[in-house]
Amino acid sequence: MSNDIAAGLYIHVPFCIRKCPYCDFYSVTDRSLISDWLTAFRQEVSLYEGRFSSFDSLYIGGGTPTLLNGSQVTAVMESLWSTVSLLPDSEITLETNPDDLTQENLALYRQAGVNRVSVGAQSFHDEELRYLRRRHTARQTKQALSMIRAAGFDNVSVDLMYGIPGQTEDSWIKSLECALSFDPEHLSCYQLTIGEGTVYGEMAAQGRMVPLEEEKERRFFLLTSELLTERGYLHYEVSNFARSESYFSRHNRKYWQHVPYLGLGPSAHSFLNSTRWWNTRSVTEYCQRLAQGGSPLAGEETLSEEQYFLEALYLGLRTREGIDKTLATGHDCILDQLQSAGLVRVTEERIIPTREGLLVADSLPLLFTN
Amino acid sequence: MQNIRNFSIIAHIDHGKSTLADRFIQYTGLIEERQFRDQILDTMDIERERGITIKSQTVTLPYVSRSGQEFELNLIDTPGHVDFTYEVSRALASCEGVLLVIDAAQGVEAQTVANLYMALEHDLTVIPVINKIDLPSADVDRVKEEIENELALDPEEALLCSAKEGIGIEDIFEAIINRIPPPAGTVSNPLKALIFDAHYDSFRGTIISCRIFDGSVRPGETIRLMAQASTHKVEEVGVFLIDRKPRKELSAGEVGYIIAGIKAVSDTRIGDTITIDNRPALKPLAGFKVVTPVVFSSLYPISTDDYHSMVEALEKYKLNDAALVYEKDSSAALGQGFRCGFLGLLHLEIVQERLEREYDQSFLMTVPSVQHEFVMHDGRRVTVDNPLYYPDPASIKSSLEPFIKATILIPERYMGAVMKLCMERRGVNSRFSYPTPGRIEMTFEMPLAEAIVDFYDRLKTITQGYGSFDYELIDYRESDLTKLDFLVNGEKVDALSIIVHQDRARQWAVQVCDRLKEEIPRHQFKIAIQGAIGGKIIARSTVSAFRKDVTAKCYGGDITRKRKLLEKQKKGKKRMKMVGSVLIPQSAFVAVLRSDDEQ
Repeated sequence: MSNDIAAGLYIHVPFCIRKCPYCDFYSVTDRSLISDWLTAFRQEVSLYEGRFSSFDSLYIGGGTPTLLNGSQVTAVMESLWSTVSLLPDSEITLETNPDDLTQENLALYRQAGVNRVSVGAQSFHDEELRYLRRRHTARQTKQALSMIRAAGFDNVSVDLMYGIPGQTEDSWIKSLECALSFDPEHLSCYQLTIGEGTVYGEMAAQGRMVPLEEEKERRFFLLTSELLTERGYLHYEVSNFARSESYFSRHNRKYWQHVPYLGLGPSAHSFLNSTRWWNTRSVTEYCQRLAQGGSPLAGEETLSEEQYFLEALYLGLRTREGIDKTLATGHDCILDQLQSAGLVRVTEERIIPTREGLLVADSLPLLFTN
Repeated sequence: MQNIRNFSIIAHIDHGKSTLADRFIQYTGLIEERQFRDQILDTMDIERERGITIKSQTVTLPYVSRSGQEFELNLIDTPGHVDFTYEVSRALASCEGVLLVIDAAQGVEAQTVANLYMALEHDLTVIPVINKIDLPSADVDRVKEEIENELALDPEEALLCSAKEGIGIEDIFEAIINRIPPPAGTVSNPLKALIFDAHYDSFRGTIISCRIFDGSVRPGETIRLMAQASTHKVEEVGVFLIDRKPRKELSAGEVGYIIAGIKAVSDTRIGDTITIDNRPALKPLAGFKVVTPVVFSSLYPISTDDYHSMVEALEKYKLNDAALVYEKDSSAALGQGFRCGFLGLLHLEIVQERLEREYDQSFLMTVPSVQHEFVMHDGRRVTVDNPLYYPDPASIKSSLEPFIKATILIPERYMGAVMKLCMERRGVNSRFSYPTPGRIEMTFEMPLAEAIVDFYDRLKTITQGYGSFDYELIDYRESDLTKLDFLVNGEKVDALSIIVHQDRARQWAVQVCDRLKEEIPRHQFKIAIQGAIGGKIIARSTVSAFRKDVTAKCYGGDITRKRKLLEKQKKGKKRMKMVGSVLIPQSAFVAVLRSDDEQ
């Protein structure tokens, strides 16, 4: 954490060809708004001139950033270079959809400075992909991964999803193996979350979709962690695996360590000096407000010491770095209980969740509050 | 004095006592129509919500009779519950007559009988009033029969009314002035006034409600409370016309109030006699006794930070309720708290609700206990009302527990079910009588301990609301008692410990283990719940662990949302007690007392 003083920069590209039924990130399907968004984005960047010292990570996420063509990505980058200071050797990640990728746009992305590609593979089974209403097929993902490697990217992350209705442990292992055959430097394996405000959320509320049983969720989680650990990956956060420490997502770790970050674009969140603020979710409102010379802010909060502590607890307990032991002062009894239940490991200075501990990371923090 | 009548209304709960009082007040025009609200004498929220009277209230009703004579009718409204029997008896001692109100549909019930006996003990004129005659289910003839057979009163003397509809009110007034005798007493004798209640007023201190039997009292005089042996200078005397109305003096035969700079209600004793310090009465009025609590429970603030606020709340509460006694208590599981003594279960509930609502306290209450006696091998007798102080079993020669005589009135068809309940609750010596065809009066003796937890609710359930219950303490009897403890993951939750009869221990232990299992949320680890006598486990249950709850994603936009959720959960945690590493919700302590539906 001490070395991570440089901030992180996130750009939210809020466009999708269609909405995935499980996704609760903000996006719209009206792509005619892209040029307005670009204009507004440039305006928003200029608002932050001088506010953050320097950045060493940039994450272009969405939505579907690959709906931006090479020149649009270049335009985004150029407006950044002119106002904010991105350190050399910055990690620059682009979230991609397999079927959007071509040799041409990959080359352009690379030229624009992208040095890390995250591929939204989700599954290597077409039935599962259809269930998830993804646009791509397993074959397209494999082609995309080959192209990415061919384009010279040496830091690739693959997003996969488990807990899809109909998915078996076998089919999950096959998807994992398929991803592993491309030797990704990083993997994010997310359990399908049925969130409020998503299509699946509504279906679940109507009883048309049954969430996985607790025991099955557990099995998938453990299976994933065990298999990937065996293949030499470090399980460094609940859903994230990296081939070595140098491939930990530099950007995402800033969220978990209270390092400053600036989020640009609709619904993006920023954090600096204990203050967090966020933009309006609506693309049109975002564009309008900036066009009128206003701010796209929708809210902000300054963390009290107690809130900061609570966040440090739960964010830390989601990672294999764990929390500083001093955060659990006065809770020795709990600590003993958790240790003997095999949920945490206690070292000289830190309390580190075990694999089983990560499984209950949502409720661990409250055990250490008063 | 000839124009004064002092009377009270007595009735089984829900038979319409407060509504009748309302009509009297409206009839006499004491209060303007627009200021009127139902149950006007029941000033506390809890009284109005539950439809019961907890504190006595007095009102002086001006009445002009049909023959044109002016009267002052003093209505002393009494609490309608066995817990407050002594208060009721003092209120009755201040009257010359009572209206015995009986519901035209429900008929005579256990409390009706008990109330009548009490009125007869005080030699009062009893006027039976059949209320709710407007109800479609009203059966006046049957009720008259019950009045004759169960109460041995002349049914022809019964008046018919509907307090709700205002029917028959004037007839009742006329009966009061014609049948109830005027008070006796001699104004020139030394003062003898009976304290039958006291209220706390934050500006004036204690307001004593009293009946003057002899003599008179006026502001500036120094009064002496005879049992209390304290003296106070009278600041104000007067009568209650809903609001206090000061008078120059109160004299023999009258009912009113005295304000004399007395700080707390507990500085006065209900039943005490007031006299004038420099011209005292020779003897106090008969019947004074100090009421002692029969039911005990400990209160623990939910958050230990709230201990001091609870001390203050209890001190303030106590100003207005002399019957509550409390002292410090401390539990290994729950920290600092208070051991409280109550007149009965209703009193306990009232204190609990008022502390929560009026004094904004949140606390846990332990299982109510009675006062047990232990005879030790060395001959000492030890009284224990708190399981924490249960003596070393090896040193106990014999154990005793208080017994009551329970009276239950039920329709005949419920007899089997009630007999079963009575046996489950260790009832003995049951007797039956059939006061009227189809109805049974059952009396039996049972341990008080069996009546204080969930007895009345069960009786109501198995008799579909028709059973009525009344009791009196009779004696202490030898009983095979033991102490039952509960452990959660090996840690004793001392606040759940109870002293219980051997034969009932297992059933109680199983019930508590099951309840705790339902109420304690799953933790990250397995939780063993055990019921134990000494080192022997007699019941157990397990709360399984939850083993997965983590959310997959936690990035920029998720962090605040997730923290807010945790903050909410953290608030919920404040309503729980940490015992060892297990969080026990407040509801678990309440659930332990809940009625058992499966039985």
